[in-house]
Amino acid sequence: MIFKTLTAAAAMLALTAPVLVAGGADDDTLVINGDIEITTKAAAAPHLDGHLDEVMSGWHFRDDDTQAMEMDDFDNPGMIFVDVATDTWNTAEGSEGKSCADCHNEPESMAGVRAVYPRWNEEAGEVRTLQMQMNACRTERMGAEAWKYDSGDAINMEALLASVSRGTPVNVAIDGPAAETWEKGKEIYYTRYGLLELSCANCHEQNYGNYIRADHLSQGQINAFPTYRLKNAKLNGMHSRFKGCIRDTRAETFNPGSPEFVALELYVASRGNGLDVEGPSVRN
Amino acid sequence: MRLTGLTVAAVLVASAAFANVVAPDDVAFGEYGEVEASLTGSAGDVDKGRQIFSEKSMGNCVSCHAVAALPDVPFQGEVGPVLDGIGEYRTPEELRGILVNAKKTFDGTVMPAFYKTSGFIRPGDDYTGKAAPDPIQPILSAQDVEDVVAFLMTLKDN
Ligand code: HEC
Ligand code: HEC
Repeated sequence: MIFKTLTAAAAMLALTAPVLVAGGADDDTLVINGDIEITTKAAAAPHLDGHLDEVMSGWHFRDDDTQAMEMDDFDNPGMIFVDVATDTWNTAEGSEGKSCADCHNEPESMAGVRAVYPRWNEEAGEVRTLQMQMNACRTERMGAEAWKYDSGDAINMEALLASVSRGTPVNVAIDGPAAETWEKGKEIYYTRYGLLELSCANCHEQNYGNYIRADHLSQGQINAFPTYRLKNAKLNGMHSRFKGCIRDTRAETFNPGSPEFVALELYVASRGNGLDVEGPSVRN
Repeated sequence: MRLTGLTVAAVLVASAAFANVVAPDDVAFGEYGEVEASLTGSAGDVDKGRQIFSEKSMGNCVSCHAVAALPDVPFQGEVGPVLDGIGEYRTPEELRGILVNAKKTFDGTVMPAFYKTSGFIRPGDDYTGKAAPDPIQPILSAQDVEDVVAFLMTLKDN
């Protein structure tokens, strides 16, 4: 017994050493275009009691150059795709000859919407992500084809809708009819998948602030999606990010748009309740 | 393929060479998670162990652990403890146990089990995101584990 306690103590000592050096999240402030103040740190929602005290945007874990790109729309490559989506917004498509603008006017009419998705849709009797809702409009109201989940068209539109909600705190509902989906998402978050047997929580709750090889682990928040990644020079959807993270545990992944990822999106979004919508963001 | 006398002989030789290898499911752990007996009966190769420890496609231990004795390996991680001097305060038996399945030594640890082939949830085929083919291969072979143990035992000074 003594043996085990002693060595565990040695391991603990070694464990705390690099953490002091790493410093975790920085203390910078995010203001976009000198105008939109973004809340990037907030007290954790009550449902995170015992797990996290404070929630933080992934922005705090990036280096200064990457951070700066997000502080001005002219420097943020993600905004190019917002422009593309603005054209799509105004373009009639499908058998009904309607565009998004025909029903919703300006994209600014969507301010605040990103912040409350995924959300329960009473008529459909399901939790819908923003992409699912966009596709419902396309198929049911426009007579157009659904966009493939996380495809360029869908992500660009999601970026447009995020951009007009920047500065609004994420506030997804987890109770009532959404509760069942939320519980399912929570279970997935804490499941240790793959040959490496790692859960989302192992990396993003237990080890945020630490380096895992060249990557500085963040809390894996999704308030800033879609993210323009310097690594692949395009906008990335959250389900694609989930897929990449699960793949990296040497697991069989789920697919973008799957019920598992819809549930996980709701749960992860709720972990960011209180952080402002920040997308499209810039990450490495 | 037709089994000729030659291939039968080759197969026999091959299985004789592996006769001493302990299969992942047969590894016996001590009270504190240590594994007494060598998995192969052959001594570990320090240089190979260093390589397995460092390379992403192999053990990729450096993604979580830093080791000062490897100044040329970039981006050493901080998820696990620094392993400088580990050969001083751990025995080969303990290290073998930690490598085979660290959860037997550290309950619930994030450190993966490197010589294990069952009990996974949605095991995948390497980093493809696809399902693992049957039977599942351990991340490291028995001899890989012995090689890494040999390398760790050289990390003496703190
Ligand atoms: C083996 C470690 C590991 C696991 C397990 C893991 N991730 Fe990640 N994740 C990373 C790394 C590394 C990054 C890139 C650095 C960062 O932003 O944290 C990342 C990034 C992210 C991001 C982007 C954050 C941002 O601000 O751009 C999200 C979202 C995310 N992960 C969610 C998840 C979810 C959900 C799971 C579980 C299904 C998960 N991750 C499992 C390592 C992991
Ligand atoms: C995903 C992260 C991760 C990876 C990959 C990893 N480890 Fe670990 N390792 C840890 C953590 C965390 C601990 C501390 C044990 C604990 O308390 O959870 C640890 C503990 C150890 C210890 C015991 C340290 C001590 O002070 O007693 C050794 C030895 C070790 N690891 C070796 C390795 C080797 C060799 C590899 C690769 C073949 C490896 N680890 C891969 C995370 C990791």
